Amino acid sequence: MRFSGLRVLKEGLTGNRGWTAHWRDPEPKPAYDILIIGGGGHGLATAYYLAQVHGLRNVAVLEKGYLGGGNIGRNTTIVRANYGLPGNSEFYSHSLSLWEGLEQELNFNVMQSQRGVLNLFHSDGQRDAYVRRGNAMVNQGDDAILLDRDGLRKRVPYLDFDNGRFPVQGALYHPRGGTARHDAVAWGFARGADSRGIDLIQNCEVTGIDVANGAVTGVQTSRGAIRAKKVGIVVAGRSSQVAAMAGMRLPIESHVLQAFVTEGLKPVIDTVVTYGMGHFYISQSDKGGLVFGGDIDMYASYAARGNLPAVEHVMEAGMALMPMIGKARVLRSWGGIMDMSPDGSPIIDKTGIDGLYLNCGWCYGGFKAVPGSGDCFAHLLATGRPHPAAARFRLDRFRTGVGIMDEEGTGAQHNLH
Amino acid sequence: MRVAGKGVLDRSRSVPFRFDGVRYAGLEGDTLASALLANGVRLLGRSFKYHRPRGVLTAGSEEPNALVTVGRGGRQTPNTRATVQEIYEGLEARSQNAWPSLKYDLLSVNTLAAPFLGAGFYYKTFMWPKAFWEKLYEPAIRRAAGLGALSGLPDADRYERAYAFCDLLVIGAGPAGLMAALVAGRAGADVILADEDMRMGGRLLAETQQIEGRSGQVWAGEVLAELAAMENVRLMTRTTVAGAYDQGTFAALERVGHHRARAEGQPLECFWRIVAKRSVLAAGALERPIAFADNDRPGIMMAGAVRAYLNRWGVCPGRAVTVFANNDDAHRTARDLVAAGVDVVAVIDSRAEAPGSDLFEVHRGAQVVGTSGRLGLEAITLRSAAGERRVETDCLAVSGGWNPSVHLSCHMNGRPTWREDIASFVPTPGAVPGMMAAGACNGAFSTLACLREGAEAARAALVELGRSVPPLDLPATEDEPYRLTPLWAVAGKGRAWLDFQNDVTVKDVRQAVAENYRSVEHMKRYTTQGMATDQGKSSNVTALAVLADATGRGIPETGTTSFRPPYSPIAIAALGAGGQGKGFAPERFTTSHKASRERGAPMIEAGLWYRPSTFPAPGEKSWRQSCDREVRMVRAAVGVCDVSTLGKIDIQGPDAGKFLDFVYANMFSTLKVGRVRYGLMLREDGTVMDDGTTARLGEHHFLMTTTTAAAGDVMRHLEFVSQGLRPDWDVRFTSVTEQWAQFAVAGPKSRALLNELLDAPLEAGDWPFMACGPVRVLGVAGRLFRISFSGEQAYELAVPARYGDSLFRALVARAEGLGGGAYGMEALNVLRLEKGFITHAEIHGRVTAYDIGMGRMVSAKKDCIGKTMSQRPGLMEADRERLVGLKPVGAVKLITSGAHLFAKGAEPVRENDQGYVTSAAYSPTVGHVVALGFLRRGPERLGEVVKMVDHLRAVETLCEVVDPVIFDPEGGRMRG
Amino acid sequence: MRITCPLCGARDRREFYYRGAALALERPAPDAGEQAWDDYLFLRENPAGETRDLWYHANGCGAWLVVRRDTRSHAVLEVRLAGEGAQ
Repeated sequence: MRFSGLRVLKEGLTGNRGWTAHWRDPEPKPAYDILIIGGGGHGLATAYYLAQVHGLRNVAVLEKGYLGGGNIGRNTTIVRANYGLPGNSEFYSHSLSLWEGLEQELNFNVMQSQRGVLNLFHSDGQRDAYVRRGNAMVNQGDDAILLDRDGLRKRVPYLDFDNGRFPVQGALYHPRGGTARHDAVAWGFARGADSRGIDLIQNCEVTGIDVANGAVTGVQTSRGAIRAKKVGIVVAGRSSQVAAMAGMRLPIESHVLQAFVTEGLKPVIDTVVTYGMGHFYISQSDKGGLVFGGDIDMYASYAARGNLPAVEHVMEAGMALMPMIGKARVLRSWGGIMDMSPDGSPIIDKTGIDGLYLNCGWCYGGFKAVPGSGDCFAHLLATGRPHPAAARFRLDRFRTGVGIMDEEGTGAQHNLH
Repeated sequence: MRVAGKGVLDRSRSVPFRFDGVRYAGLEGDTLASALLANGVRLLGRSFKYHRPRGVLTAGSEEPNALVTVGRGGRQTPNTRATVQEIYEGLEARSQNAWPSLKYDLLSVNTLAAPFLGAGFYYKTFMWPKAFWEKLYEPAIRRAAGLGALSGLPDADRYERAYAFCDLLVIGAGPAGLMAALVAGRAGADVILADEDMRMGGRLLAETQQIEGRSGQVWAGEVLAELAAMENVRLMTRTTVAGAYDQGTFAALERVGHHRARAEGQPLECFWRIVAKRSVLAAGALERPIAFADNDRPGIMMAGAVRAYLNRWGVCPGRAVTVFANNDDAHRTARDLVAAGVDVVAVIDSRAEAPGSDLFEVHRGAQVVGTSGRLGLEAITLRSAAGERRVETDCLAVSGGWNPSVHLSCHMNGRPTWREDIASFVPTPGAVPGMMAAGACNGAFSTLACLREGAEAARAALVELGRSVPPLDLPATEDEPYRLTPLWAVAGKGRAWLDFQNDVTVKDVRQAVAENYRSVEHMKRYTTQGMATDQGKSSNVTALAVLADATGRGIPETGTTSFRPPYSPIAIAALGAGGQGKGFAPERFTTSHKASRERGAPMIEAGLWYRPSTFPAPGEKSWRQSCDREVRMVRAAVGVCDVSTLGKIDIQGPDAGKFLDFVYANMFSTLKVGRVRYGLMLREDGTVMDDGTTARLGEHHFLMTTTTAAAGDVMRHLEFVSQGLRPDWDVRFTSVTEQWAQFAVAGPKSRALLNELLDAPLEAGDWPFMACGPVRVLGVAGRLFRISFSGEQAYELAVPARYGDSLFRALVARAEGLGGGAYGMEALNVLRLEKGFITHAEIHGRVTAYDIGMGRMVSAKKDCIGKTMSQRPGLMEADRERLVGLKPVGAVKLITSGAHLFAKGAEPVRENDQGYVTSAAYSPTVGHVVALGFLRRGPERLGEVVKMVDHLRAVETLCEVVDPVIFDPEGGRMRG
Repeated sequence: MRITCPLCGARDRREFYYRGAALALERPAPDAGEQAWDDYLFLRENPAGETRDLWYHANGCGAWLVVRRDTRSHAVLEVRLAGEGAQ
């Protein structure tokens, strides 16, 4: 069924009885050409592009819970391409270009809103680091603008510019950045993949990966064994567990990241603001809730919930930066499981096992990567060769030291990125 | 209206307040909701999507409808629950999400368009034409969305945070909680009893049952008096325990000042972290509505809330009340109303076997199938065996049963357990370690059962805490059974609301199912059920039941969505109390801070420290003028700079030398006593962690300096290496950064300056470059280091911090006598750039020793942290970006930090990127801009001209690649 | 979250710095080879369940601690000083 305003009108006039399922709930077949483990944003996008770009239909996505139930459904919805290092530059640029037009491509309103992303700086040193990054963005063909205090004040007058501790000096402005409705992205890709013939199988937990003679042959699941020629693992915070089923250890540590939403409020923040002196970023959803977050809790965790020190630190940063949000009440906090890599950048690569592919290490920046990651992983799965935009996301880069992408410069400690 | 003889508030104290500009009078003890109901006001708000008229539904914090804005300016508080807000003289509340007025709200037209605005409609439209989303559709949606508004002004109130510790935290002060606190308190345990209400007692305040022959309200008052007299018990009213966290930590919000006019010096709210060895969850239960057509009109309320308004506040929300229920409990509402002399139209009970009454008419096996009344309920449609008929009533008290408040028990990922007999979820034992549920929140609904469970939970906690347990002595009270037959949604046409605030109806849930959003999380997210400010407290279980029905599954298989903190919303300002203004990070001041400020130095942040950027001289208009003068002053005479912010770590022990060999890339065990050496420290991954000088003060005694930024990291690293990797080595570390004030004295006249202060003057041959040792300065024992970050003959003079201020003043005054003076960070930066010395602008975490031209410092003779991994092939590639100096040779004589480097004729695009500029400044010494940067194969390209492009600052120029050391490359001045 | 430091007693998580897997105590010999170093520095067991990780009592006694913990429940099972041969 094609969605449109006309369709909504027609259904409204006929009692909304004509709406049909956005995706099927098929029984798993005994065998597929490609199995994707993980029905989150990245997995669903991978499925979509496998069908759409490579014409592959004999593909299934195996999801242990419900579609889009992982980090795609519990993030702060920020979309941007403002990285500084080769590898990340071309990848996120590619991803952003896919975001632009995603509604029309998917015929599903994912509400991408290019309301701009502001990275504030508070010292000359920070400014120069952002300038370096901004120049890398422009070199890549993306947009970046250096705003001084006056320029910034016009956009976000409510900041505490003269904050007694860390006055705001300016910002790196990325106009094409913004937000999107996170669940809709998962659903849109799911619907797109399903309508192209891909089986999305929910409540199907992978319990084993079958390998024979150094090549993958299929998986064991809570709904029986499924054979496959190729298997792609794209399970974010659960990467280590799934990879362990194939005897692999990954350069991943799983951490909890909390995020927050306030009660609905009339529009007050019309862009994305990122604080330079504390980990804090905020936007306002179309429903009116302020959506914001900060740094990870910093300890390895699979609990998908965090603790108060991280909560309070985020709130303190918010109050330092924009004390006008003080009366907004936090409605809900939640946690996701982040696949932290040793350099803060992702991995999209083949593994030492033929036919087994890996997509992980998104740390806490996976949302904006969804279309790019799906496209690049689909390319790798379909062709066996890396997509040019993700060629640097190699699994062996830590061992060899070649092409490490440590944007934060914090070194090989997983939780510091 | 008020009902004579009812209520537990002070009738003698009239309290005036305003709602939407109209002046009303209430009583002390009233909430805004009870006071407005007493004044006959039923319309309090508008719903989120359809802007339907909304009145009070509940009598507690779970209220989804009656949300108002309180206060103005920086104190404006949106989305305040009228059912929680206490009235006080001067209270000003306003309705929200309505324009032009609450009564005539233009956007109520949405309700007519409802067929087109069903579940998830926005995912299916607004996509064409593409450009319209951001220009037209989204702005319109955003304007319509949201409830109340922030003022846009900085929060003008004060907030606090605090910690508390106890043996037993009792959450909720109804019958179960009071009993638990009493048992534990009498046993001598440290108890905190917290309740979100202004008054403790819970449902005892809202019901009419007797305990020990007294009213529940009186009994509660006696218990509270006993508890208040115990030193080991802390009573926290107006305190919502909002979250359960690890190891017995709870988040709680105390509303300190919302119930009165702002008092000077009083915080508005206090956010508590309570650490409890054990906890009793006695949070009670929340009544749930029944979904039926048009069940959302003002005047339709929860049956228990009607009882609460009557018995606690002496208010009846209507003149002719009808009850609609599926359980016995709701019949109490009718009984209490009749007893108070209020007209009860009928009790409509969906159960064929419902009990009858002599006091009022009971329609058994009947349902409400419709309602009417534009801004408030006027009539309902009753369907019974006799058919459908209209019944006039202005208040409908609804009860679909009670949902135990399991929320906190689920905050640590626990899932509640379904109990078929009460058709509700109850806490799963052990879901929160150390927590026991008691009373209504555990599915025990009679007063006696609540008292028993509260007492037993406390006794169990006492046993676990190793305390003696008193015998159980329960007061006598009612023990009526709780009988109910589930009724979730009444069949029929029309819109039957589940989530009143977000306007989610039974149809929306069914449509979601039709579109295969069948998982409970999908349904929630697709319809927004339970995502409003009340987080579905009243509506979620009912919606779940409707979903279960539509999908043909049972409720337990359907499962719940996750319960997440906070239990009820908490202001960002309370959670982040203290963060505003200067509070976000501690401030560190050097001993010269005051003197620097007196000299007019602008102070800039350097990590947590403040350091002077320049020391402006009279007449200087810009920082550049001051900086240039200070640089020349150091090069020509002498300058003084406070360098105390650098980390100083005192290292002692027989294995100190060996240890330093291990943590530094280069050798330190060979350093002679009385000498200083530059050290390069790597991370284990082979990148540069930090650099600095380390002095050997004695055979087993070193003093390490770190950069300002990395002082904490280095200290932690040393402790890690020592405790974790080399525990058998005898070496200890003490941070002495704060203990010593240290000043750089740099320039050709530095020795002359020192000699004015040192007790024993330095001779020319003494203290060669990189020497160190003890000195006496103006009679004080200090340390002198012959080190230089400026390339001049220079010293760093350290004295105990208490002498820092006077030494700085003395040094600067005498320097001025020699034609010198103080210099700040800007000049320090230029001086180091002229010499090619690096800072964290260069060692930014991605560079290796090789990259900064120090590859040969990594000693081949020994192992050290980072050595093995620095030899990874990727870190040894000749093509890496490596440190170079740059000087402008193009028409534009400017180099800017953050610009990128390209081959002379290349397009400035990523594929051609060759490097970048890390630091740049105008050098008055050489008369042009000097810069450092990283360039592919840099050191092999000296003399080459490259293109520098700074898109952001619109600067493009040509630079010559030069040696990083631009001034005095032989170092004669430094050593001289 | 609270951790019981063997030297200081039960303290709030705010006092501690987290480093990662206790594997960091098992530094390979310089010549142990590429794989051993890859294992040591980058690859992680990353268990969903019981784990041993390193915490530093930064705002306390300065002790490095090996904490046995459950990453699913955040339960702390055992805390020992890193310097006491905890590996």
